[in-house]
Amino acid sequence: MMFWVLQSLNGISYGMLLFLLASGLSLIYGLMKILNLTHGSFYLLGGYVGLAVLHLTKSFILAVLLGSLAIALLGVVMERFLLRRLHLQEMPQTLLTFGLLFIFSDLAMLIWGGNPQTVPKPELFRHSLDIGGMVYPSYRLFIIGFGLFVAAVLWWVQEGTRIGAMVRAGVDNEEIARALGINVSLLFTLVFAFGAFLAALGGVMGGPIVGVYPGADFEVLLLGFVVVIIGGLGSLRGALVGGLIVGLLDNFGKVLFPEFALFTIFAPMALILAVRPTGLFGKE
Amino acid sequence: MLSIQDIHTYYGDSYILQGVSLELQPGQVVALLGRNGVGKTTLARSIMGLTPASRGRILFGDQDITRASAHRIARLGIGYVPQGRQVFRSLNIREHLQVTARGNGQWTPDKILDLFPNLRSRIKSLAGKLSGGEQQMLAAARALVGNPALLLMDEPTEGLAPMMIRELGKTIASLKEGGASILLIEQQLNFALRYADIVFIMNKGRIVHRCTPAELLADPDTKARYLGV
Repeated sequence: MMFWVLQSLNGISYGMLLFLLASGLSLIYGLMKILNLTHGSFYLLGGYVGLAVLHLTKSFILAVLLGSLAIALLGVVMERFLLRRLHLQEMPQTLLTFGLLFIFSDLAMLIWGGNPQTVPKPELFRHSLDIGGMVYPSYRLFIIGFGLFVAAVLWWVQEGTRIGAMVRAGVDNEEIARALGINVSLLFTLVFAFGAFLAALGGVMGGPIVGVYPGADFEVLLLGFVVVIIGGLGSLRGALVGGLIVGLLDNFGKVLFPEFALFTIFAPMALILAVRPTGLFGKE
Repeated sequence: MLSIQDIHTYYGDSYILQGVSLELQPGQVVALLGRNGVGKTTLARSIMGLTPASRGRILFGDQDITRASAHRIARLGIGYVPQGRQVFRSLNIREHLQVTARGNGQWTPDKILDLFPNLRSRIKSLAGKLSGGEQQMLAAARALVGNPALLLMDEPTEGLAPMMIRELGKTIASLKEGGASILLIEQQLNFALRYADIVFIMNKGRIVHRCTPAELLADPDTKARYLGV
């Protein structure tokens, strides 16, 4: 019994990291119709920059903030100077983000080397908790709470604020939103930067659990796509539910059937696609 | 106030607007008539910057907006009511008025809702769930709440029941009384003539006729040739 509880908690906390990644992926696709393959890089670079800040300042909070902000800035530059030139050209945009994924991957290797690095946990969450006679790291519980907090904030921004309504208007009908005076180009930049911010947040916060290592960018990108495919592209709720499903599948797959770990993720994905081609919460 | 000077617009490879000129003075209601497919909607899209003209000039006030971006044109004061309404399906009525509200003119969301009481009673309804008539009211309301100097309406009566058309007519009449400037693109001849000061008729990408509503009513030849009535 305890095995199931603890492994579920592991799966859920990893699912929250995937949610941070997938919510941005989904948001960017919903508004800009860009499949942003560079999202994996945002996650990895966020982790590395965060780690560098941590070494420098010894502050986990600063590492999270500065790491994420730096990557958000990278997102602004990328959107303004590269993606903008290829507005609504799906193939060229996808290729561009694919190329950047490789470039950033090599750059990271060049700067930070090929050895996996671990991010020390913040002081506050270094202890373990006693759950029914078994010890469980408090940091993972913190990640779960934090993920839920981010989900709540995102939901509020999307449904309860003027800028959230503007983004939804842009998602519904970009052209008419422009013609009614909404600065959709600015929204594009903001949304892309925000998506990058969330991915980097996942990279730094996930550091103490999964580490920061070459190849993590491709790994989380793949899982991130499974999340949005299962949850439905463009849906916040889909990113959360999909993240939890994939987090649990990934964890239990690795624990119970290590030799079939990928199968336990992709078989359910194929099943969901067969029944609901737009994902659990996708539109149309 | 709006001066369109010999514009030429392509839509992909098709040569749609082949030299269109049109003038609208402040306080005027100008009707643009013509059959389906003669380029009326493309003209609206060219004005709004959605399908910019490749030659010619469009002046709004003293600003050249020929190649300005759509959101800037809207902010300069043109309220666009697009063909087919095109409301934002996942926004409710209140949110529509929120995202397009602008300027310190007479139209606050509250005043707008006085003008369209139907919308007030369904303020929290998603636009996708409204009837065609309500969506048309909403499309007009969200344009007005930006306090535009000029209202550009593209076939607002399309697909509406006669009762809703009368409602819409009342709204246009009261806007006109309030001194609004309106460019009204229409297929419904009688509806347009009721409110227009001047009529332009378009055919095959060109303006082929300019007259007053009274002149057009007395001219069966022109009506038959260009409007098929």
